[in-house]
This record gives sequence, structure tokens and C-alpha cells, in this order.
Amino acid sequence: MSDVRIDLSLIADMVEPGSKVLDVGCGDGALLALLASRRHVDARGIELSREGVAGCVARGLSVIQGDADTDLGDYPDDAFDYVILSQTIQATRAPRRVLENMLRIGRRAIVSFPNFGHWNIRAQLAFKGRMPVTSNLPESWHDTPNIHFCTIRDFVGLCDTLGAVTERAVALNASGSDIGVKAPWWFWNLFGQQAVFLLRRTGPASPP
Amino acid sequence: MTAKTNRTGKASKSPASALVDPVREANEPTSLLARFGPERPLGMDCGVTLDRWQIAYQTYGKLNADRSNAVLVCHALTGDQHVANTNPVTGKSGWWEVLIGPGCPIDTDRYFVICSNVIGGCLGSTGPASLDPATGKAYGLSFPLVTIRDMVRAQAVLVEHLGITSLFAVIGGSMGGMQVLQWASSYPDRVFAAVPLATAARHSAQNIAFHEVGRQAVMADPDWQGGRYLDGAKRPSKGLSVARMGAHITYLSEAALHRKFGRNLQDREARTFTFDADFQVESYLRYQGISFVERFDANSYLYLTRAMDYFDLAADHAGVLAKAFAGSKTRFCVASFTSDWLFPTADSRAIVHALNASGASVSFVELESDKGHDAFLLDEPELFATLRGFIGAAARARGLA
Repeated sequence: MSDVRIDLSLIADMVEPGSKVLDVGCGDGALLALLASRRHVDARGIELSREGVAGCVARGLSVIQGDADTDLGDYPDDAFDYVILSQTIQATRAPRRVLENMLRIGRRAIVSFPNFGHWNIRAQLAFKGRMPVTSNLPESWHDTPNIHFCTIRDFVGLCDTLGAVTERAVALNASGSDIGVKAPWWFWNLFGQQAVFLLRRTGPASPP
Repeated sequence: MTAKTNRTGKASKSPASALVDPVREANEPTSLLARFGPERPLGMDCGVTLDRWQIAYQTYGKLNADRSNAVLVCHALTGDQHVANTNPVTGKSGWWEVLIGPGCPIDTDRYFVICSNVIGGCLGSTGPASLDPATGKAYGLSFPLVTIRDMVRAQAVLVEHLGITSLFAVIGGSMGGMQVLQWASSYPDRVFAAVPLATAARHSAQNIAFHEVGRQAVMADPDWQGGRYLDGAKRPSKGLSVARMGAHITYLSEAALHRKFGRNLQDREARTFTFDADFQVESYLRYQGISFVERFDANSYLYLTRAMDYFDLAADHAGVLAKAFAGSKTRFCVASFTSDWLFPTADSRAIVHALNASGASVSFVELESDKGHDAFLLDEPELFATLRGFIGAAARARGLA
């Protein structure tokens, strides 16, 4: 298991064994396969690309071709124990609606995303005056599918707006190590290259 | 629908003498046959009960000791039970031999495959071409209207008759896919995995319209004789042929027709300024029509198109499709094709949404193909890879080594 991506491994550790999980934007099914083998979950996925879905189904995963922006609304409240959005929220058209739906259809939501507040990204904008291109965000501004970048502070702000409770949050630095739990938000926002949040809603799934 | 079509209409057919008579085939089929009497009547949706009925079927592979490896294949509108053997009526290979056989995605070395002719069909299961025991003549239009659920009820009796209480998988495309959905809804505990391909949970208004044109073509043929043509020697071949030509267009796509034929002329250098089949596409369609009438009963065509028209699974569940699958433990694999405009991807998505809403395990993929609706019958590597993966995973979950 040493070749498992650290962020995926981190997400897998947040999931209770034997639970029912939906991975939104599951790509080639790497996380679902990990969850199925390590946590024995009932693993389901949604993936936009035809190749991704065909690959997942051929691996024996329950994955449907669909779009996070349009298809989450079709799921009933509390359909899953966890709804996961791994490195995908910045590519959605309406991140707020996607997150609202995740909190509605899952008892917990797990979101991982690249932190646009990382010092390297800030430095590229500040000193080069160019849109940042980094090792984990390698595409130029005109090629990238990422249309809604946010910083860790921005994401925390959205969670507050939606009344979502952060049960756990982890920031990873550029070398993939966990930044200490006790570090303040500004420190995470500057040195975290990516973040993983475990969230739950406070109110009812849907307004009465 | 046609898996094997001939580009120019010059099919290499087996000698006619080697082939069987389709009229005889309707009553005494060249296949396995299960006959049922008053001890096992078939109640139908229209209210009629058949006291004497039969179902013709074929099997491939071996049933294991646990009786847990049976796969039921449901055929489409003009298909039959000869899914993986040479068809005794046409002399052509089985209609899904690309998918079913030793080493194929549905591997007959591992699974016991059953395929039966639907009730209302004309290859040996009771239908309008069968002899009515009350009169000794063909039923014709006195045969009760058939529904998809009636077909599935009859299959369930056959499966029980074969000593199988739970099917490993039920698979089919188009009208076959409708039967798969009906199976999963009517007998959820008897279906471990369901594969509805290029299908819909209800027939669309456009598709009902196409079917109506086909039926009117049959009934406009004077040789149809109000459906009593089997009492004499003439057959409504012109009408049925036109019905088939129209329907066949709906099974293809503009891109596929263009790729195969374009505006190419048939065996000639220039237009003839007549209504002869100048274009290859005309010649092809005429061939499709003519070869179809040699193997299919016109009344059966009326009945089976009607069964598809009537299909609306949600209607049996207060209009909510998800209720048709409530609490289902069956694992589903749904697939559609990009160029299929008869059963477009939206129809498959409606099924997937309902399955999600009911919490069922479902995979769905829209496959890239320019071959239209017929793609599900053809050599589509992406479909095979998907089915291999799905069926393999389901087999592991079922404990089929």
C-alpha cells in the first residue's frame, strides 16, 4: 500500500469501515478500489469521462457516467454515509450547490482540494504577475479544467455559510506531510499545498 | 433486429432445402420445448388465461451443482431463442454469438445460458402463429394481446421448470432490456445481476409512432386478410417488408448509413430516371424487408410491437419508477450508445436515476458508437470490456469461481 497517494490514504482513514460511499468524480476508480479493499465499503462512483467509467466498471466498481453539477440533485437525502469529492471541487461550475447536495445526500462529506493560498502560488502571482503553474496544478490558465480555485480560508468560509461543521481537517505540505493540528489557519493557508475536510451538516438534510 | 446484414443485398444463403419451414417452426420448433397444460396456466395482463401453452428455448453450457450459474438472455423484437447456434430458419449464425460462447464475455464454459422465444413470438413459443387447440387453426388475431410482463411471467415458469430458483444474471437489449427491467422489478430475489442495454423503462411516443406505421403497413396489405392469412397460402409479405424497411432505418444512424452507402448507386453508372432501386441504400433496405418476411410472422410482428408500446414500468408503481426497484439487492449494469436515437441515452439515464433513488447498485456507461441502436448486437469492444468487468465482479460476489 506504500504507492497509494497520501491524500487518498488520508480520505480512506476518515471513512468508517463497512459504510456506504459515493465518490463524485471518481476518475479511474483508484480511491473506490482503495476504499473497497481497505475499508470494505459499499463503493459507488460518478465520473464524467466515458473512459474513466468504462475502466471502473471493467474493474468491477459500481460507477455511473454523470456530472457533479447536474446529477447529484437526483439522489435522495441521506442516501450515503459519506460523499467524497476528491480534487474535483475546483472543476465544478457551481461548487456551492455541489457541496450543498453532498451534505444533503451524505451523512458526512469529505472534500479534498488544492489550496490556492499556498505561498508558492501567491509568489508566482505576486512576483511574476502570471497565473501559477505548479507540480500539482500543471496546466496553463487556458488549458486547465479548474475554473473555481479557492484557498483553505475561502473553503472554511463557504462551510460557515452553509452551516457545515468541520469534524476533521488536515492540510498537507508540498512533500505530502501532515501540517500539525495545532497550527493556526493562516499557517495552513500559507503552507498547505492541499487540504482534506470531513464535514457534516447541522440542520435537516432538506429544508422542511 | 439484425446483427448480420449484407451490404449489397446479395446474401450467401444456405440452400433453401436445408432450412425449416417457419410456419411449422411456430408449433414444432427445432429447439428445446417446454409444454404446459391446465396444471400450470399462464395468466396474462389482458385478463385471459392460457390453459395450454408452450415455450421454446435453447441452453448452452452446464448448470453447476448449486444451480447458481444460470444466465437468462432476453431477445429483442425480432430475435429468437437461437442466440448462440446456427438459426434453423435462416441458416445464419446466432444473433449474439459475439457475446455468448466459450471464452466470450458471457462464457458458456462458466455459465449456463438460457434463451427462450417470447410469448407472442413465432419460433415455437405460443403466439398468434400457433395452432389454437380450440379450433385447430392458427390463432391469428384471436390470440390475446401480450405484454412484456406476460413474456417475463412465462420465462419465470420456464426457469422454475428447469429447477433454477435464482438467476445469476438476466441480460438483454432493446425489447430484451425491457424484459430485464421487468424481471428485476417482478422477481427481485431471483435476479442477482441485471444488464439492460439500449433500452427504456417506457416506450416513447416517437417509438410508438414508428411501430404504428409498421403495423398499418402490414394491415394495409390485402393479403393480410384481417389476420387470417395462415388459413390460406398467401402472406402479407409486401406490408411486412415495408414495416421492416421503416423499422430498420430506426435501428441505424445517419452516420452509419452514410458510411456504408453514402449516395452510391447500386450496380449502375447513372440514375435510371425510374423508381428502381438506384441507390445502394434502397437496395439494402429492400433486401432487409424481403429476407425478414421469410423468417417472421406478420401477426407476431403486430403483437410484439404492441407489447413494447404498452411497456411503462413506472405506471405499475404509481408513476414512480424508483418504486419498481425499491429495496432491490440486484446489481445493475446499464449501457447506451451515443448514436442510438431510438433508445437514446436519456432513456437509460432515467433508469439509472430511478435505481439511484432506490439505493440499488448500478453502473452506467454511454458507449461511443456510430452504429445506432443496433450497436448492442455488434462487435463493440468497449461494450464487451464493460460486460466482462461487470459480470466478472458479479461472479466473484456470487462465489462463482
